[in-house]
Amino acid sequence: MHELSICLSILDVAGEEVDRRGNPQVEAIYLRLGPLSGVVKEALLSAFELAREATPFRSTRLVIEEVPIVVYCSKCDAERPVRSMQDFSCAECDTPASKLIHGRELELAALELIE
Amino acid sequence: MSTQPRIVEVRRNILKHNDQVAAELRERFQKAGVFVASLVSSPGSGKTAFLEKTLTLLKEKGYRPAAVVGDLATANDAERLARSQAPVKQITTGTLCHLEAAMIQTAIEGWDISELDFLFIENVGNLVCPSSYDLGENIRLVLLSVTEGEDKPLKYPTIFNSADLAVITKIDLADAVEFDRDAARSNIQSVRPGMPMLELSSKTSQGMDAWMAFLASKRPR
Repeated sequence: MHELSICLSILDVAGEEVDRRGNPQVEAIYLRLGPLSGVVKEALLSAFELAREATPFRSTRLVIEEVPIVVYCSKCDAERPVRSMQDFSCAECDTPASKLIHGRELELAALELIE
Repeated sequence: MSTQPRIVEVRRNILKHNDQVAAELRERFQKAGVFVASLVSSPGSGKTAFLEKTLTLLKEKGYRPAAVVGDLATANDAERLARSQAPVKQITTGTLCHLEAAMIQTAIEGWDISELDFLFIENVGNLVCPSSYDLGENIRLVLLSVTEGEDKPLKYPTIFNSADLAVITKIDLADAVEFDRDAARSNIQSVRPGMPMLELSSKTSQGMDAWMAFLASKRPR
């Protein structure tokens, strides 16, 4: 369980962005999360409830957009999804995939502000 | 002044701070000419025994290895590794389930890393949390012991997918536990196609030659 430390990092990064914008109220934090980030969405959402207490974000929502895994398939010469995390091969032609394009994202995508 | 919510795009990596520290470390390691390998696995898969053997063999061959080990509560691992006579630093993480780059930075303070050929970082025994954190290493090893079952890679695809080299440990026990070698290898390749794999025993030294040859290729003399 490292989702609580991840939440504290989310609040740190969001805090810096809010400071730079003159401390508006933040309605929501939008996060992009890949399945290979090593972070579990549900655990992150519960940890966020705890992490936001006693911070300026106590009424802020965390909105998570899940980013699918995308690899570069050398046979298709194109970006493709994979069959699954357990079967890391091109969903179109079954070629084993070694070049990851998307899936590790753990990114603060946007902030919803009231100004 | 409007009170309509407005969405502003930010696009920032949440672990940017860790990644920055890791990038700085990687640059320092490269300048100092030290090859850095980190080890991840579940508890009890033989990380410390593997590292103890590795440090001892490298010392015998005239290399200068060192190790940083993460442990939740005890200094037992560091004490075991110190028997190899290589410099060892312990990071006691308390309840933290993984190492972060800043901890490595602190741990190596006081070491002249240009005096080292190899640095090994033993992460906390955990197949989930360490996958998110870059430690500035050159390669990440994931260890899988024959006693754990062949399907570990399928259960923990994220950590296997983040690794560069898979090491199957305790191979001397393979027959006793009816380890299905082909299934294990195929599962590793299914989760991380093309990942090189080694099979070895820290106890009998079986397979250690290939590992030593791999390390020697990273530090040609």
